[in-house]
Amino acid sequence: MPTPDATVLERRADIVEALRRIVPGEGVIVSHAERRAYESDGLTAYRQLPLVVVLPSNVEQVAAVLRYCKEFGVKVVPRGAGTSLSGGALPLADGVLLGMAKFNRILEIDYENRCAVVQPGVTNLAITKAVEHAGFYYAPDPSSQIACTIGGNVAENSGGVHCLKYGLTTNNILGIEMVLINGEIIRLGGKHLDAENYDVLGIMTGSEGLLGVVTEVTVRILPKPTAARALLVGFPTTEDAANCVAAVIAAGIIPAGMEMMDRPAIHAAEAFVQVGYPLDVEALLIVEVDGAPVEADHLIGKIEAIARNHNATTIRPSRDEPERLAFWSGRKAAFPAVGRISPDYYCMDGTIPRARLAEVLTRMRTLSEQNRLAVANVFHAGDGNLHPLILYDANNPGEVERAEAFGADILKLCVEVGGVLTGEHGVGVEKRDLMGTMFDECDLAHQERLKCAFDPDGLLNPGKVFPQLHRCAELGRLHVHAGRLPFPDLPRF
Amino acid sequence: MSRFAPDDLDELRDAVGEALAVEEPLEVVAGGSKRGFGRPLQLPRLLDLSRLAGIRDYQPSELVLTAGAATPIEEIDAALAEAGQMLAFEPPDLGALFGLPEAVAGQRTLGGALACNLSGPRRIKAGAARDHFLGFRGVSGRGEIFKAGGKVVKNVTGYDLCKLMAGSFGTLAALEEVTVKVLPRPEALSTVMLWGLDPLPAVRALSRALASPHEISGAVYIPAPSTTGLMSLPGSTAVAALRLEGPDPSVTFRRERLLAELGSDCEATSLDDESSIPFWQAVRDVLPLAGSGDRAIWRVSVAPSRGGELGEAIARRLDTSWYLDWAGGLVWAAIAGAEDGGAAVIRDAIRGADGRGTGHATLIKGSPELRRAVPVFEPQLPALAALVRRIKESFDPCRILNPGRMVDGF
Repeated sequence: MPTPDATVLERRADIVEALRRIVPGEGVIVSHAERRAYESDGLTAYRQLPLVVVLPSNVEQVAAVLRYCKEFGVKVVPRGAGTSLSGGALPLADGVLLGMAKFNRILEIDYENRCAVVQPGVTNLAITKAVEHAGFYYAPDPSSQIACTIGGNVAENSGGVHCLKYGLTTNNILGIEMVLINGEIIRLGGKHLDAENYDVLGIMTGSEGLLGVVTEVTVRILPKPTAARALLVGFPTTEDAANCVAAVIAAGIIPAGMEMMDRPAIHAAEAFVQVGYPLDVEALLIVEVDGAPVEADHLIGKIEAIARNHNATTIRPSRDEPERLAFWSGRKAAFPAVGRISPDYYCMDGTIPRARLAEVLTRMRTLSEQNRLAVANVFHAGDGNLHPLILYDANNPGEVERAEAFGADILKLCVEVGGVLTGEHGVGVEKRDLMGTMFDECDLAHQERLKCAFDPDGLLNPGKVFPQLHRCAELGRLHVHAGRLPFPDLPRF
Repeated sequence: MSRFAPDDLDELRDAVGEALAVEEPLEVVAGGSKRGFGRPLQLPRLLDLSRLAGIRDYQPSELVLTAGAATPIEEIDAALAEAGQMLAFEPPDLGALFGLPEAVAGQRTLGGALACNLSGPRRIKAGAARDHFLGFRGVSGRGEIFKAGGKVVKNVTGYDLCKLMAGSFGTLAALEEVTVKVLPRPEALSTVMLWGLDPLPAVRALSRALASPHEISGAVYIPAPSTTGLMSLPGSTAVAALRLEGPDPSVTFRRERLLAELGSDCEATSLDDESSIPFWQAVRDVLPLAGSGDRAIWRVSVAPSRGGELGEAIARRLDTSWYLDWAGGLVWAAIAGAEDGGAAVIRDAIRGADGRGTGHATLIKGSPELRRAVPVFEPQLPALAALVRRIKESFDPCRILNPGRMVDGF
């Protein structure tokens, strides 16, 4: 992280006092013990006590905090529920941690326009809970949905098991209210579709807290499908499983979810939840289809036939709702299940072209041997999003470093085969230094200049996403000057 | 006007770099089918991207296609059809609306559809062009080659610059190569037609259908006078139409359910597969307003429940033909006789009586004088307008790419 600014650390008392004037009462957290609750997010390998924590309860307070921080050059780290798996909400020693937990109200549910207006601290699952009695739900379903907030989902462009068919956060929100670092309050979108000019909402989604602070979100809600059925399919090789996934898509089927687990993940999950996963297979697929009952049955039949043609050794369609949920319980418990067989695990998040899956898994096994660390794989197979879980023991000297090096090698491999560093967890601190494997300096400079348009002093969540901090003035220099580039070979007409 | 037609990425960079060096802005064009959309430009240089064409990588089972930005949509549609797939956002062909000759209309390109973020009736279910735009490579107004996004369907690495490029009308970068998500073509489709409804009950019926679990992929309402533009319709009765797509047994089941649920208040019929295709293509291509001569054509995005009242409110004050797409959320209006093309009336109607209504109106077609005189794109509040200007400057500090296409002055 950037070296803490000594002058800011010295001014801590003044900063606390100024924040207390803006957010009276218990909204400013100063004591060491209470700040400890904020020292890390879901990526617990990184910890840092924030300078001070502020918990505003309305947009005016957010604007005043940001205006103050801009005026006095104080860094700000926004935070929702702190479930980021990439260190997106990791505090700064010289930065104000801006917690949005008090923005926890659902403001409006508009069934006629199929949307809900909520504050950013509302949890993802709470939105579905609020509308399910009327037959609706909010589609993106990250595994942390019981805890993660919609504001954090916007910052990270969160996905989930169902995003192959229903999209990521960016495809499911209609509008936001946000505050810029200069305290300006801006509304983007609303209950209507598409932007009137540049799609600033699209840029804000997935910007990892570097561009502004979201203070209200309008989400699309969808009618719940009448039926959902799942199919459990076991294969003797991962190649067979990967080919089956490709064949399902080639047959024109976009399942609501299509998850793959490899042998170590299957065994860990089965030992944990005992749902009857086959233990004699190398790869297990859970395929879910939804829609009208007749559609779900029709598609399950087609997928069964495709699976049989791809050497499946186990094929079990769910007979009822409890069985469907049982199929999923193993997959959903895969992370804690792995946590049971290993003291620590490190969850990675690359995306690859699916055609390269078998090759990537083979090379991952080699890397696993080289690094002397085991790996279990769960995989959003439909969209190519891999979640390798590297097993390690932080108490063994050197294992944390080996796990990180192994993780970095896996992500580089994803990029090498034509994939990307992160499918849904974000870059954050974790993958920041790997950005150079996917983007060259010029690519990154274009992104950093966009940040300058929002935050010219680089005060919002610095140290995340970009491997190097550049000053906006330096980034803005144009290297093309009149007369220096004659382009004599340019075709003209 | 000098014309530059680069053959590859390096030549594209040189063309922008030279324009920068001599400070002569470029009008960026691929097929040229949408040159009449946006504020009129009179720039010293034309940057013709049409040679940056051709499908470069297409893996149907990966649901991803990469092509030169100027690849004609027709070529892409043909390749996708062969693998049973499609561009799910249904990029419209506005050739008939603009009165373009076939040859020009046929030149609409993938990059053009993305740069204008144009989507058809399936927008309500499958998303807009921006939702299918996965990655690109191009040259910014700084004369520098850069890329963003990726070539896989799921990616959150770095800012989502594809969203920014979608709908930026070539004002930030000249795209050289684009990658889009593609989806399977539905096995079957059917259309449920509800006849003779007035606008408000029609929008309520569309809303009921969208709130049902029947996965509606198109929801349009065409008032009586506008149906004459649709060849497959009798022509004098208002119609609300709902599209169903999916596996055959599912479409049949959902059609029967919809007919039962919505058919009690009006006459309800259905269109089969074969008649549904031209109907929805006509809706996609704005054919109900295609014969509007020199009327100003507006595209108004509002909360779906407000579409019917908005159409009626505009038609009460101005000579208007109109219809609704996106379950009421998109009002297409053709306006005659108003000096400002209807801009003030339409934009007031969006704000509504309490001034709190949200939405935006875009002037899709109008004379160059009209497009110079009224804001083609919805004006923004000062803080947002200033942010948008800073974004433009971050990619194109010298205003070399399509300056004035979206907003006067930059």
